[in-house]
Order: sequence, then structure tokens, then C-alpha cells
Amino acid sequence: MKLKKGIPVIDQGNKLGFWGGKFGGNFVPETLKKPIEDLEVLFNKLKKDKKFIQERDKYFKNWIGVPTRFIKLENLTKHVGGAQIWSKVVSDANGGAHKVYNATVHCLLAKRSGKKVICGDTGAGYAGKMLSMAAKKFGLKCKIFMGAKDIARQQPNVKAMKKNGAEVVPVYSGSQTLVDAVSECMRFWVANCDTAAMCVGSTVGPAVFVRICGWSTSQISRELKVQLIDEFGSIPKKLKLYNCVGGGSSSFGFWNEFMDYDKKQCEFIGVEAGGPAKSKKHAAPLTYGSKIGILHGAAQYVNQNSDGQIEETESISAGLDYPGISPLHCFLKDTKRARYTAASDEQALNAYKLVTKFEKLRPSLEPSHAFAVAISESKKFSKDTIVVVNSCGDAYKDRGILEKRLGKKYVKSN
Amino acid sequence: MLNPISVAFIKAKQENRPALLTYTVAGDSSKKQSLNILKSISKNADILELGVPHNTPVADGNQIQTSAYRAIKNGIKVNDIFKIVKDFKKFDKNKPVILMGYYNMIFQYGENKFLNKCKLSGVNGLIVVDLPWPENKNFAKKCKKKSIYFIQLLSPTTTKIRLKKIIKDAHPMSYFISMLSTTGGKLKVSPKEIIKNYIKIKKINPKKKIVIGFGITEKTIAKLKSADGLVVGSAICKEISRSLKHRQNPVTNVSKLVKKLKYKIV
Repeated sequence: MKLKKGIPVIDQGNKLGFWGGKFGGNFVPETLKKPIEDLEVLFNKLKKDKKFIQERDKYFKNWIGVPTRFIKLENLTKHVGGAQIWSKVVSDANGGAHKVYNATVHCLLAKRSGKKVICGDTGAGYAGKMLSMAAKKFGLKCKIFMGAKDIARQQPNVKAMKKNGAEVVPVYSGSQTLVDAVSECMRFWVANCDTAAMCVGSTVGPAVFVRICGWSTSQISRELKVQLIDEFGSIPKKLKLYNCVGGGSSSFGFWNEFMDYDKKQCEFIGVEAGGPAKSKKHAAPLTYGSKIGILHGAAQYVNQNSDGQIEETESISAGLDYPGISPLHCFLKDTKRARYTAASDEQALNAYKLVTKFEKLRPSLEPSHAFAVAISESKKFSKDTIVVVNSCGDAYKDRGILEKRLGKKYVKSN
Repeated sequence: MLNPISVAFIKAKQENRPALLTYTVAGDSSKKQSLNILKSISKNADILELGVPHNTPVADGNQIQTSAYRAIKNGIKVNDIFKIVKDFKKFDKNKPVILMGYYNMIFQYGENKFLNKCKLSGVNGLIVVDLPWPENKNFAKKCKKKSIYFIQLLSPTTTKIRLKKIIKDAHPMSYFISMLSTTGGKLKVSPKEIIKNYIKIKKINPKKKIVIGFGITEKTIAKLKSADGLVVGSAICKEISRSLKHRQNPVTNVSKLVKKLKYKIV
């Protein structure tokens, strides 16, 4: 299995949509074959269409507010005493997270295909919030599927979705989290694919959704590349890009433009959710060596039992609480381009405490996982090492959990 | 020897009626109960579809999901399903049995091992919901070698060109999804419209049998009886749930329901 240079990773799949010959694909009911094929044709055409790119860039700039900041975390760097720690503050984006890129592109595609309704899944609520925002902006009716457990723990985002006029459909099946929300959203699309468009909230699902999402979030690394050159004159000799990985949309977007660099110069570190320290459950299929299986239309490493039933996950972070992982990351793991590890709930909370103590930045629980590993590894790195952590979400949505776990002062002081 | 599925179609045709196919989830509500249901309905059903329960079923509606979760909760494993089929075949060896499920279950078991087990336990056909054509070509060939029908699904969204290609590769039985829906949805197109679409597909190769499924109930089944076969699934799963809720015996209730369904199409 080999990563090709000079070809975008999203376009490195084979005819049937498999990366490395075995990850991804289209394991979908017959009913979805046609709508997926239609979407593929449309996307392949539009991603080469200059006018469409201009339109996308216009909305990215004027509405999402790109570029997001690239800042040095001076105090944290001093405290840790190793590598220089920087952050790409993607949570600056309109709505407070990277999910807005994919949501915007899906709404633009839906408009082009004449669909009136757009449905989407959400875990942490960001994908849903952004989709509801974009749908409102582009005049589409919006339906969001969300696990009942997530609805309870991510209330601020649920309120935002409703305020944007979206219908939030609670999903009570299975573990009542993201995995069930995606299943229910796919079911809705099976029954309504003639009138509705579907937005999969991450780089997961049938191949075309993986590609669209990766294409959309790649905005992050396009900006970062420019910002790095502005700051250092060239791409640093020792660059390490840390990102949390749930479905894998922000990390893929954070790394994409640096794919062709040697990994000795530019290393990618994906941090999965290890779950509570005392629990055997986790959401880290790459770190803990889960087997390949099929989930939501794609072959991927996925937590499952020997029979092939998908296993329940556990994580403090709703956005990372997913048993599978993008086929793109499976491909990056097996080609050894990226390195994957996990942080526990407790490690993420400690990292949140540390970051907010030293910096005017409040990463949500998802990027706090990435900070946990970045901080602990930075101690060992030389001073000319540039560590960049993607702070891809804002902690506003987590205030309930943070208050409960860390006490009121961690919510109020921010 | 002719596959018992084909024999069932011949027999139904001789009786001038569609074949009646039932769908129940293996292990719903328990392994024993599930076997007893099969035994009790085999008198009136021509072909028995047995669902392999999966916990992320992207094409199933509420009724079948409920049955599947119940079966999984009660501990059903793939090997138990083969055992149910084997035990059933001891009771009625000529009654065709089709397993229907999602590909991950087969993938984890191993395609070849799964097919060997199918053969040994007496499975006659397979429906794999999320393994569409052309992705299923290889697996369908493997099935053919074992004389097991791989049953292609056709949908209202399947284009004409695609229909022709699928039917060309199809084994003697295919499955037409009546409407855009997950299993068990309310019929949102008229039976007349469904039959019209069905006839269009049938014309591509009249020799190949096509059954209609999704949304068929006691109320609608009679209006679709010009098809080669009709599948009732969610309505049966619903009856099991209802029986359990009212502390009644699902075996007798399901048996009664299937008898009524049969009565409507003869």
C-alpha cells in the first residue's frame, strides 16, 4: 500500500472508491446507488469548476471568516519547556468549529442539484449546528439526527440548531450516540433521496462523502501553509501537526496540504479518544488495533465484536465518540504517513485546564485530546521544533461537562 | 437438483398465485422461539427469509430494528443462526430458507467459511442489503458455485441501464424494493404503480423470478398478487413485538397472521 505524491489523497481511491484497495468503498443499499452516483458526478465536475471554487471561496471568506488565526502559545511553551507550541485556531470560524466548511460545501452542492431539504448527523452538535446555519443561509430545510445521549450532554449546540430553524430528531436506538445518529440519517436518506440531500458530518460514510468532506476541510491546511511561510519564511524543518481524530475530518483537513512532505520534516499525529482511564471502552480503533469492518457504507478499522456487531464506545467528548474512523486515516496509518495514539478523558481534561490556565484559548474537549499528547511530547522536543495543535472547536458547548468535572471556576473564568 | 427456491416458485405458479415469503429475525425473541415460529409458519409460507440481526442496520425501519436488537440482546450469534436453519431443515427439509443481512457479518465470519456453513446447514439463498452490484459480483459467483442463490436487490431508483446489467448477472430470483423507504414504511405509492414498475423490470427477462417487498401488509398484499412472489417482514416482526407486549404467544399469533396473508393471495 502506497501513498502517491502529486495526487490529492481524496482522489487516490480506485474505481470502486477504495483507498489502498481496501478502505472505503460503497457498501450501501441499492436505493442509494443512484443518488450517490449523481452526487459523485456533480462533485467531480464542480471541484474543477473555477466559478464554483470562486463561489466556495467567497462564502469561506465573507461568511465563515477565513483565514482563522495561527498563534504562538507563548506561556504554554515556556511552561512546558521544549518545543514551540502553536495553535491553529480553527474555532475562530463562524459557528465555532471546522464543521462549517463541510456543511457549507454540502449546501452549495444541494442547491446545485435542486434539493430543497438537507439532512445531517451530529455527535458533539457542531456538525448539526453548522449544517443548520448553512441551510438557513442557503434557504434549505434542515433535519438533524442526534443521539439522545448527545442531546442531553451538548445542549448549547442543540439550542443553536433549533434557533436556526432545524428540526432536531432524537435517536433512541443502540448507544444513542453518533453511530446511531449516522445510521438514522442514512435511513432517512434511503426513504427520501428523491427530495433530500444528505450531509455526512465527517470524512466517513460512502466514498463520495469522505471525499467531499476532506476537500472542504482542507481549507485549514491551505491557510496554515501560507501562515507558516509568513511566520518562518519557509515550512519549518521540524514540524509536528497534532489533531484529535474522531471521524477524522478536522485532522485530514489540517494535514492535507502537507501530505507530500517527508514525514521527518512534517509529522502528523492523530489523537483518538481513549475513553475514561478506568473503562475498557474507547473510541480509538487505530490506536488499539481494531479489525477492518464495514460501518456506514465504508470499510474501515472499527470497534466490533467477533461476530461483526459494532461495539459501543465511551468518551467524554461526543465529537470523538465514534467506533469507526475515516478510510482516509486507515490509509494514512497503513502507509505510515501519520502516527496515531490516544488520550484518556482525564488527560484531555488536564490539558484543558493547562491550556486555559496559560492561554486565552479554550479548546473544546475534542482538541483537548490533541493538546494532551502535544504537551506531553513537546517536553522532549528541541526548541526549534514547531508543534502546531489544531484547536478545532470551542469549549462553549462543553460547559455542562466541564463544570461537573472540573468545577465552576473553569467555566466562569473563561 | 433444482434449488428449492425455484421449486417453490413453480409450485406457486401451478396454483396460480404468488409465492409467499416471510421474514423473521433469527433469534427473535429467542433462539428456541425463532425456530418454533419458522416451524409453525412453514405450512403457509413458501420461502422463509431469516434475518441475520445487525446492530447498525442502515436500511431497516423500526419494526425490524426492534426485532434485531431484541435478538442480539438475547445473545444470538452467527453460529446459532446456522443451527436454527439446520434444526428447521430437519423438520421440513424441502422448504427454502434465505438468510438476509448486512455484509459486515459475512466479512467477519469469512466469505468462504460463511458459504460453507450455509451449505452445511441448508441455506438456499442470500440477500446482502449493503453489498450492491457490481461490488457483489465476486461473492455472487462464490454463491453460485455452492448452488446458493445470491439475490440481487432492485429499487425504484435503479436506472434502466443498471437494471439490465444487474438482471443479466442475476441468479434466478431477484428482489424488487417497492418504494423509497426503509423496511416497514407505509406504502407511499399505490399498488398499481408498484405493479407497473414491476412489469417493466419483469420484461427485461421474464424467466427470472422477481419478488416484491417493503411495506407489504395484510391490507395491501392482495393488490400485488400478480407478482412472482411477495415478502412480508415488518408486519410479522410487529406482530411478535405486539404479542410479547400483551404476554401472548408470538408463535401462534405469527402463525395466524401468515395464514391470513396466504388466504389473501390464493
